[in-house]
Amino acid sequence: MNITWRLAWRNLWRHWRRTWLTVGAMVFCNMLLIFLISVQLGSYQMMIDNSLGAFTGHLQLQHEGFDEEQRIRQSMPAVAERARQVQELLGAEAVAARGIAYALASSEERSFGIQVTGVEPEREPRVSTLPGLLREGRYLSGADGEIVVGALLARNLRVAPGDEITILGSGRDGSFAAAIATVVGIVDSGIPDLDRALAQVSLPWFQTVFSMGDHGHSVVVRLPNLEQVPLAVTTLQALRAEHPELVVLDWDQLQPGLRQAIRSDMASAWVMYGVLILLVAFSVLNTQLMSVLERTREFGVMLALGVSPGRLARLVGLETALLAALGLGLGVLLGALLALYLQQAGFTFPGMEEMNARFNLPERIYPPVTLASLLWGPLTVFLGALLAAVYPALRLFGLQPVAAMRAT
Amino acid sequence: MSAIVCQDLCKTFEQGEQRIIGLDRVSLSIEAGELLCLSGPSGSGKTTLLNAMGGLDTPDSGSITLGGRRIDQLSRGALADLRLREIGFVFQAYNLIPVLSARENVEFVMQVQGLAPALRRERAAGVLTEVGLAGLEERRPAEMSGGQQQRVAVARAIASEPQLVLADEPTANLDSQSATQLMDLFQALNRNRNVTFVLATHDPRVMAYARRLVRMEDGRVIDDVAQQPSGRPSVGRPSVGRPSVGSEG
Repeated sequence: MNITWRLAWRNLWRHWRRTWLTVGAMVFCNMLLIFLISVQLGSYQMMIDNSLGAFTGHLQLQHEGFDEEQRIRQSMPAVAERARQVQELLGAEAVAARGIAYALASSEERSFGIQVTGVEPEREPRVSTLPGLLREGRYLSGADGEIVVGALLARNLRVAPGDEITILGSGRDGSFAAAIATVVGIVDSGIPDLDRALAQVSLPWFQTVFSMGDHGHSVVVRLPNLEQVPLAVTTLQALRAEHPELVVLDWDQLQPGLRQAIRSDMASAWVMYGVLILLVAFSVLNTQLMSVLERTREFGVMLALGVSPGRLARLVGLETALLAALGLGLGVLLGALLALYLQQAGFTFPGMEEMNARFNLPERIYPPVTLASLLWGPLTVFLGALLAAVYPALRLFGLQPVAAMRAT
Repeated sequence: MSAIVCQDLCKTFEQGEQRIIGLDRVSLSIEAGELLCLSGPSGSGKTTLLNAMGGLDTPDSGSITLGGRRIDQLSRGALADLRLREIGFVFQAYNLIPVLSARENVEFVMQVQGLAPALRRERAAGVLTEVGLAGLEERRPAEMSGGQQQRVAVARAIASEPQLVLADEPTANLDSQSATQLMDLFQALNRNRNVTFVLATHDPRVMAYARRLVRMEDGRVIDDVAQQPSGRPSVGRPSVGRPSVGSEG
């Protein structure tokens, strides 16, 4: 080993208690960051799954402009056939066709505006968690005249399973669309906006009521994970050669607020992480500053022997890098063990199980162990520690050999 | 040929409101291969002169020429390089790096100089043997006596083969026997390597080894005499190859 490396390494252990305390602070901080970031990423994953799984799916095939304008005429023909084509192209199971219209729903006592969604009852549970969130009754069987409504809508209309609702709206051809549907189930998604307007009927009956022919408005795809989305989007772009009026929208385009919410949460979390990292950086600064100050005489001798201040600064930098590397290595090792354990055993806190059960989510978070969750935090701590060494190292440039050698 | 020439050196220090004269128009010419002692009481200016000659401190006025080159106007970096390659230093308090072994202490400066590892090792082993520390290369300073530590410091000073070695009170912390052994070593190195030695001391035992004695007082040279070294005139190469593991220091 090079003498400078040996010197740096041995200098670290001149005050082994101080060194271990600093390394310990870094290890603790790194473990905490790995834990927090893993749980954070896990909860984002859950948030995305929850959000997208409820209704949107990971991506949708739609008529261009439908997402923004939501006009009934912006439909695609042979929507069920298109859904099978998408299923085949992606080799994915969770693909379903939908039709969407806006109408007035009236019960005996009240009327409210609703979004009527025509769904394929046997396929919808694969792309949406809503069929699994029934509070009362059952899901659609596929028969004409059945409707499932959101909990708030049911409350507003004062209906229960078995009651009838009159639906009034406009058909795709501009004709008057009217039907009477029997409530078979009430869904409680826990998302008020959704529960206030949700009304699902079977797609064939929807197409009949709204004069859609074989048209529908979207093909919804749910993939095993987010990482598969870009490839799926690229694959589906091939459909546009045949049907240029169609667009493929991924989850970010379908729910732009979701990524924003995650970014905003991430930013606030990093403020907290920043404070933690700052504290560790100050601990390193303190250690290295003390180390430099108590070796002033030794540095003076080195300067007198002709060692440049820059080389001395690099020596202090190297000592800090070794210190930080020790904290990084041990922190990542212990943090990875903790994260792997949590990935297997899951993580929960009081009240979480009840809350998740309400949203049809797993009772525990299983934080994913990724390179990002393992290294983001610890590498930032490492860089923070290196930055903390800048001030002690810079002090060396101000040392005069004679004065420094007289230091006590 | 002169190894070092000082011309009209002046240096003052501020101490609170007091101005202290460190050097007062000091002129001195030291020939290559000399063993010269700067003597005088504390505060006479010998350390200040030594620091100025070694490029550790710059004079307020006057000039210093080392090997034909003016060094009093060199930049900080150039002075550091000069000290690294052309001047060896021996300090009163040994000033070894405590976490490095004797060999590593000697090698460290050579590494800074950019010497190849094999050459460093070979040269370090050679000089440590020359100063009588064969067998003690892997000991750390704390495991050595004062005399042995000072020998490591001497080995470090001469390892890079400087033309000039400056020693400030090199025997101040040594017992009589170790001091004598150290001076024997200086004398041998001076003779065998033709290295110029300038020693600042007020130790009469050290002065006895000098071939030239410069007395200073109040920052001025008050006496400059050549003398027949009387320390250990019969000493040729007293410590060469001789392990010194005894109880000195």
